[in-house]
Amino acid sequence: MQETVQHQELPAASAVPRKRGRAIVITSGKGGVGKTTTTANTGAALAATGASVVLVDADVGLRNLDLVMGLEARVRHHVLDVLEGVATLDDALVTDKRVPTLRLLAAAQTREKDDVDTAAFSDLISSLRDRFDYVLIDCPAGIEKGFTNAIAGADEAIIVCTPEVSAVRDADRVVGLLGDGRTVKLVVNRLRPDLVRRGKMLSVEDVNGILRLPLLGVIADAPGVIVSTNRGEPVALDAASPVGESYRQIAQRIIGTLATAPEIPRERSFFEKLFGSLR
Amino acid sequence: MFEFIQRFFGKPASSATAKERLRLVLLSDHLSLAPDVVEALKHDLIEVISRYVDVDAANCDVTFEQQEKQVAMLANIPILGMRSRPTPPATPPPAAPPPPAREAEPPPTLDLGGATASVAAEPDAAPATNAAVAPATNAAVAPAANAAAAAPPQRAAKPAQNGGSRKRRRKRASTTAVPSAG
Repeated sequence: MQETVQHQELPAASAVPRKRGRAIVITSGKGGVGKTTTTANTGAALAATGASVVLVDADVGLRNLDLVMGLEARVRHHVLDVLEGVATLDDALVTDKRVPTLRLLAAAQTREKDDVDTAAFSDLISSLRDRFDYVLIDCPAGIEKGFTNAIAGADEAIIVCTPEVSAVRDADRVVGLLGDGRTVKLVVNRLRPDLVRRGKMLSVEDVNGILRLPLLGVIADAPGVIVSTNRGEPVALDAASPVGESYRQIAQRIIGTLATAPEIPRERSFFEKLFGSLR
Repeated sequence: MFEFIQRFFGKPASSATAKERLRLVLLSDHLSLAPDVVEALKHDLIEVISRYVDVDAANCDVTFEQQEKQVAMLANIPILGMRSRPTPPATPPPAAPPPPAREAEPPPTLDLGGATASVAAEPDAAPATNAAVAPATNAAVAPAANAAAAAPPQRAAKPAQNGGSRKRRRKRASTTAVPSAG
């Protein structure tokens, strides 16, 4: 009986005054540009400031956010369990190992995107906004049902784009699909300053000259990001990492405590390359 | 050093190529002209121009590109030779100019799903090797477009492959506005 009540009315909703957190979808159109990494690190950086954050993996069938967060062993229930009443939201929310204000709601691995009802998913995001300051939704690649579900409950979007023609074209398409009703901002991911200097890679100006979005941050293509993903430890929590600092600044820009324009990552000097190999 | 030499000899950096290719592809994305519509437009253009000159129909190329805040249509139609006497249109459109078309007559219009493209032969048209179709005066219809075509027969190359020739070609072609894609 108690469980039924809990399921219908979220516990925090009755006791604590309702928050109206921000729901931000991280999307790109193209796959493999770093949506999940951006979600994990931005979420970790936001939560590290003390804000309450929930990360929702909307990539049903290809669940990865838990793995990138290093929380795969703790997942007991997933988002479809919650939507179908198999588990309560509290059962399904996984608390992060490092940041206590950070939660994860994993996607179902053995189900399909078509199994998710768009309106129900949107309602779920809405109820999460009552409990958390930030709801970050990790959108799947593509522009089909999974995308429609992921953006349904979000009133803000972060476009992740790498400096590649395919990623920019897809990002442009997704911006169009997001419509005018949402605040859309840009993160340029995997920039190689050395290649940009030699005219072998699109620059941030080139990318945003086309997309024309408010720039939230620029992430360098650094080995540290891969290493942190290997370990399941968000690089944003590594105080010594320059890439981590880029993510922390993205978090501050989201919160509104940092007004300066994002720095474009600079090339590492010879000595930095020699001694700071993995930062 | 090798890169420097490459740059010195005018080979564009690949990022510049990427930028240009992106610009063009996004343009046609935004125009939302379905490929079959572009194909139909190309067909009609060739048909009209063939009345006056022999064109290399297999190597015609119609593209759209962004210019400042407008989108222009570029038609590259290689010309094989002049016709001795212009052929009258097979199915005469109501406003079609009867040959000879040296007089500026009301141009035949192409319906382009909202946009209208008018094509007219320029009175002081080019030498035998080079046909230029210049913009006709726009009608009062707001989203109106003029089509321009330039066709040096010695160069039937695809425009996107060569930045230099594109520039030269653009100078010769009187390019024209199609409603901005935004």
